[in-house]
Amino acid sequence: MALLKSTKILNGVGAQAPVLAVLQLRASSWWTEVQMGPPDPILGVTEAFKRDTNPKKMNLGVGAYRDDQGKPFVLSCVRKAEAQIAAKKLDKEYLPIGGMAEFSKACAQLALGPDNEVLKSGRSITVQTISGTGSLRVGANFVSRFHNVSRDVYLPKPSWGNHTPIFRDAGMQLMAYSYYDPKTCGFDFKGALDDISKIPEKSVIVLHACAHNPTGVDPKPEQWKEMAALIKKRNLLVFFDMAYQGFASGDIDRDAWAVRYFIEQGHNVLLSQSFAKNMGLYGERVGGFTVVCKDAEEAKRVESQLKILIRPIYSNPPMNGARIASTILSTPELYKEWLVEVKGMADRIIKMREMLVSNLKKEGSTQNWQHVTDQIGMFCFTGLKPEQVERLIKEFSIYMTKDGRISVAGVTSANVGYLAHAIHAVTK
Amino acid sequence: MSIFGEVPQAAPVAVFKLTADFREDQNPRKVNLGVGAYRTDEGQPWVLPVVRKVEKMIADDHSLNHEYLPILGLPEFRSSSSKIALGEDSPAIKDNRVGAVQCLGGTGALKIGAEFLRRWYNGTDNTKTPIYVSAPTWENHNAVFSNAGFEDIRPYKYWDAGKRGLDLEGFLGDLESAPDHSIFVLHACAHNPTGTDPTQDQWKQIADVMKRKSLFAFFDSAYQGFASGNLDKDAWAVRYFVSQGFELFCAQSFSKNFGLYNERVGNLTVVAKDQDNLNRVLSQMEKIVRITWSNPPSQGARLVAITLNTPELFAEWKDNVKTMADRVLLMRAQLKEKLKALGTPGTWEHITEQIGMFSFTGLNSKQVEYLVKEKHIYLMASGRINMCGLTTKNIDYVAESIHEAVTTVQ
Repeated sequence: MALLKSTKILNGVGAQAPVLAVLQLRASSWWTEVQMGPPDPILGVTEAFKRDTNPKKMNLGVGAYRDDQGKPFVLSCVRKAEAQIAAKKLDKEYLPIGGMAEFSKACAQLALGPDNEVLKSGRSITVQTISGTGSLRVGANFVSRFHNVSRDVYLPKPSWGNHTPIFRDAGMQLMAYSYYDPKTCGFDFKGALDDISKIPEKSVIVLHACAHNPTGVDPKPEQWKEMAALIKKRNLLVFFDMAYQGFASGDIDRDAWAVRYFIEQGHNVLLSQSFAKNMGLYGERVGGFTVVCKDAEEAKRVESQLKILIRPIYSNPPMNGARIASTILSTPELYKEWLVEVKGMADRIIKMREMLVSNLKKEGSTQNWQHVTDQIGMFCFTGLKPEQVERLIKEFSIYMTKDGRISVAGVTSANVGYLAHAIHAVTK
Repeated sequence: MSIFGEVPQAAPVAVFKLTADFREDQNPRKVNLGVGAYRTDEGQPWVLPVVRKVEKMIADDHSLNHEYLPILGLPEFRSSSSKIALGEDSPAIKDNRVGAVQCLGGTGALKIGAEFLRRWYNGTDNTKTPIYVSAPTWENHNAVFSNAGFEDIRPYKYWDAGKRGLDLEGFLGDLESAPDHSIFVLHACAHNPTGTDPTQDQWKQIADVMKRKSLFAFFDSAYQGFASGNLDKDAWAVRYFVSQGFELFCAQSFSKNFGLYNERVGNLTVVAKDQDNLNRVLSQMEKIVRITWSNPPSQGARLVAITLNTPELFAEWKDNVKTMADRVLLMRAQLKEKLKALGTPGTWEHITEQIGMFSFTGLNSKQVEYLVKEKHIYLMASGRINMCGLTTKNIDYVAESIHEAVTTVQ
């Protein structure tokens, strides 16, 4: 390796003894051997989009909601909460390691329902985290340190790209269970059950609570019930990732149904929540991590250990977003307004799905596009092949990830026709 | 049967437990000299006037939204923060070999730096590379580096309890005997917990040894501006090392000097030999950030960036910082004066020689216990006091209590 590099130096600098060149190299920087990190595939899409000068260009890459004008959307309830908070002229003292207590309480209530027996008995602990990623990271670290009976984490195939490196870096081993059926662009229920039935006991299984990322394919309630029973039989540790509560169907209770059902069935789950999408608080980094325990005493022990995990990462979490979320969740008028706004976002997504399908039909497409409206949430696994995606990018300036995933949030009534036209062009 | 049946109860973090105990204490004379947060002379938290101003600007600007920041953070924040550390006219910045990662406070900056070093510093597995932290040091340093995977964390001599000052000879000795390429965590100014900083001349000696032995300098800068009241003065050590050709990391916190504690505003400044090396380092740090918190919180970074990049606001901020530093200096002077007036045994010069928020009083654990239990004055078992907890109203009580502790408890 060093010799190769010294050749480079020789070419640049002229005749020098290789050994000297290597010494110079070593003396020059600590970081000479540091490789260039691969570009993030999703952000890469946005970068390419930015450089494109085509006025019709569309960014269907990153998962952030856009309104029908294609603009970022700051919720009205968020602005109101912000104004309320500003008027209070609060101080900026450190939050506790586990975050704002009022936020954690409201966060858990939102997920579990305010009358949940778990909350009444105090047998769960929720800590405020750095949005969904931070929550998963703390959860992964917790599992790695304390779930000594297994190193295996089972992800659905496919899953959010960042799940794998997070769990791996925490010291876990990544495995997969069947989930997406490319033939139907739907849920491979049989495949999932088959795979889950073979997962070794006590392994960790990650489930997307709703609006599966990247496919948009969710199990139906009856399917969730069977999965819950099987997972119970296999004695697996359930880790729910819920990044889209409210955002999927427009109904926060409906979107949390699977989480609540599993808990009812006796699963003491781990749960990651994000408020990035459903409150549009992306950059404020608002999230929660919950551990449902056997009893309140265990919850206290678990809480103490979560703090020990959190302190050496970032000491304590940021206040701004949590305060906004907490204000909204605990102020009745704001909460009501939020429910309406989150439904508004979900409804627009659903409408765009419908418009895309109807426009494809109008274009004369004979393909089956049912999955576009069957799928739910921000993302749609179109079923487009890499070559087709390539063409969409190159010929139409429509940007998406290579797996054919589009962020429906990037679709508007103004550009859905163009999108349908382009998709038809590459699939006919 | 629960999977978490065996999870033991962890001990609480000492400094937070102290504050919790203080809160529960009903005694009207109680004083909190524990946690490192600034307090006004009324004993209240202080949101800097410039911060309130900029907060309002941000709130009134409806063109701003809450979209994700880039993984490495807000560009204007990163560059202006690095300028604060290295100087407006830093040659390293002009050479395009300075970069930064916006992080969650100083802790987050240390974390990202530590994770990077463990993966990439000297070969691709640095779990055995020694990390040296001062004896004593901020209690979280150890955990940050051990959680990042470093297995060999060692103390370097620093505090001389006997003379209540810097053990330079011990420090230099540990530098000499450290294996080459070891990593040293250096406090840029206002050493926590001792408040004892090397002089410029002593820093030069330290740098000499470090250069000779290829020791890596990882600066922890949590009090720039807060220590002397002057930003440039407090950054002298970091800038000196840069001028000596060191590649280094500087973990910056804006918790204290901006009073933005709970917004988690930090910056990991990276100084590399050249832009190419810098870019590769940043690309790898990006990967680490992505699996830790994805991207950093925007509110605090916006606040700092606007302040640093707007001349009038920048001037106002420097003024606010000086206000805080001056009050601390006043409390130091008054405490020493009162102890001397009381005839409290021992020398108390260290109270004014030490710098920044903290003072290592030299009180032993029994005396500390006496202060906490009998006098309801809360301080760390190490004898560390937060000068910000002193006010013109409680300083007499504290001085008298220290006097009592020293004269009646051995």
